[in-house]
Amino acid sequence: MRIIPSVVAAALTAAVSVQAQQLSGAGATFPAPLYQRWSVEYNKQVPAIQVNYQSVGSGAGVKNFLQGVVDFGASDAAMTDAEIAKSPRGAVMIPATAGSVVLAYNLPDIKNLRLSRAALVGIFLGKITKWNDPAIVECNPGTPLPPTAINVAFRSDGSGTTFVFTQHLAAISPEFDEEVGADKSVVFPVGIGGKGNEGVTALVKQTPGTIGYVEFGYAEQNGLSCAAIENKSGQFVAPTAESGAAALASVELPENLRAWPVDPAAPGAYPITTFTWLLLYKKYDDAAKLKALKDFVTYGLTEGQSLATQLGYIPLPEAVVAKANAALGTVE
Amino acid sequence: MAVPAAAANDPISAPVRTGPDYFLWLCRAASLAAIFVLGWIFWEIFQEALPALEEFGASFLSGASWQPNRDRYGVLPFLVGTVATALIALLIALPPGLAIAIFLSEDFLPLPARQFVRFVVELLAAIPSVVYGLWGIFVVIPIIQQVGTWCAERFPDVPFLAGPAYGNSLLTASVVLALMILPTITAISRSSLVAVPRTLREGAYALGATRWETIFGVILPTAAPGVVAATILALGRAMGETMAVAMLIGNSSRLSWSLFAPSGTLASLLANQFGEAEGMQVAALMYAALVLVALTLAVNFAGEAVLRYTEKRTAGIR
Repeated sequence: MRIIPSVVAAALTAAVSVQAQQLSGAGATFPAPLYQRWSVEYNKQVPAIQVNYQSVGSGAGVKNFLQGVVDFGASDAAMTDAEIAKSPRGAVMIPATAGSVVLAYNLPDIKNLRLSRAALVGIFLGKITKWNDPAIVECNPGTPLPPTAINVAFRSDGSGTTFVFTQHLAAISPEFDEEVGADKSVVFPVGIGGKGNEGVTALVKQTPGTIGYVEFGYAEQNGLSCAAIENKSGQFVAPTAESGAAALASVELPENLRAWPVDPAAPGAYPITTFTWLLLYKKYDDAAKLKALKDFVTYGLTEGQSLATQLGYIPLPEAVVAKANAALGTVE
Repeated sequence: MAVPAAAANDPISAPVRTGPDYFLWLCRAASLAAIFVLGWIFWEIFQEALPALEEFGASFLSGASWQPNRDRYGVLPFLVGTVATALIALLIALPPGLAIAIFLSEDFLPLPARQFVRFVVELLAAIPSVVYGLWGIFVVIPIIQQVGTWCAERFPDVPFLAGPAYGNSLLTASVVLALMILPTITAISRSSLVAVPRTLREGAYALGATRWETIFGVILPTAAPGVVAATILALGRAMGETMAVAMLIGNSSRLSWSLFAPSGTLASLLANQFGEAEGMQVAALMYAALVLVALTLAVNFAGEAVLRYTEKRTAGIR
């Protein structure tokens, strides 16, 4: 019985879709759940616009964007100046949402682990190998840390998450910068690699004593404990929407809107936070397509932001939204 | 090709045919297309790998560090991981695989029961790789971790068993690979054992040999080249396996002697890094793909060659 209305609806959509404007985008996996949600919600409001977003990874997103096979791209690492120079139709980078990278750990009896900068870097450089190392004990007074080995879990695939995480570690430790460096795929001197956020999550969940970095939303959905991290002002800050927003607010975005709160100094700011960007061309030939795209991005920057918190992302600060809207205005 | 053509000209076996033989041309086109695609794949990978080939040359194979952010690419850890997992998997799978093949080629069980066992073993080959990976995560990893921790405590001085023992390790990947290649070993070994002429077996019995003396003294040596071929083909399969390995091996590019340390293979490296690779990293990954294709092709050629040799030999005995 329920088939009939849906068949009618399908027939109607087919009739409408002669007019429907299709927009295709591809890129970062990290904001994909949010973009896809925007697409669904926006389609309910404006059935004439259909947005398809493929989460193929930031690198592939930039590649597709440069080849001109999509209407917009998306990347956690924005685009480099060299990449922008290669784009025949120019590029406008619009911050669309933000998120934190958290340190998820598996110590069954310990809920509020705190990690100083020295401890964090030490663990990921393989210098600190036991949970009861003095560097960790020092910042967790009164917590009974076990004398067991620390298992480190990292992302084995190239990812924006690794980029943001290593960028922070390299910023706070010259030694880390020297030995490992910052990039989408790096070689950590310790640990095991899991593929994707889900891979690292599985590694952390499965073995007590494991610590790994994942997106905030992922850790939250899977009920992982996350460590409070020492920020530049010496505070231990747990990852929350508020502490992430504080980090974002501390960044003054330059004209191209590409900046990272690599090591925010603001008190209460969670230190490992990043924007993620939509990549738009400077010029579109098809006026109808341009209008549809602008409408969709405007929706994302306004109403769409309220969906961010639900899905574990951080809504953009007002000032950033204003700048993003201004940048959107330059697209022709 | 020559045989059907001759038959077509034979007035007795073939009715009068006019016009070209379309089916023959279809078959020719299909087989040529297969060869063409293989060549195309090789060419394409080679083209893409060219920048890395020119940049790194042979040092790519001996370099032990793979650091995309420094544009330093050495594939040795992955080469070692590929060969080591495949060989260990073979070491684990060969004895039971061969034992099952012998069991199924003898009349220990009535024929329907043997058919059933054979069917079940061959069914192992039909399980998707990702399912083996999941099974490995939930079953093999916890076991290997416990065994590894125990070994590392008992034998701290043996480099192969050194700790800290990780669940995602070289050995975990090898154990699951062993299960995946078991059907290959069993199926090919069994057919070469079955192909041993009855007369040889009867001759051995006539000389007063027991069943076991017959199996180990006559049947196995006669079928040996087939068993070797099975082994080599299984090795090729183990080297190219991607998904299950990527899920289980720990994806580390550090060289280690320990079986319980995370490692990586060429196939898992490609699966992990290709999506986000840029510039020289793409070329380096293509170079790694070229190495992998060359390795598996060489192994498969060897297996095929030995298999042909067997067929000729048993044909001679018959």
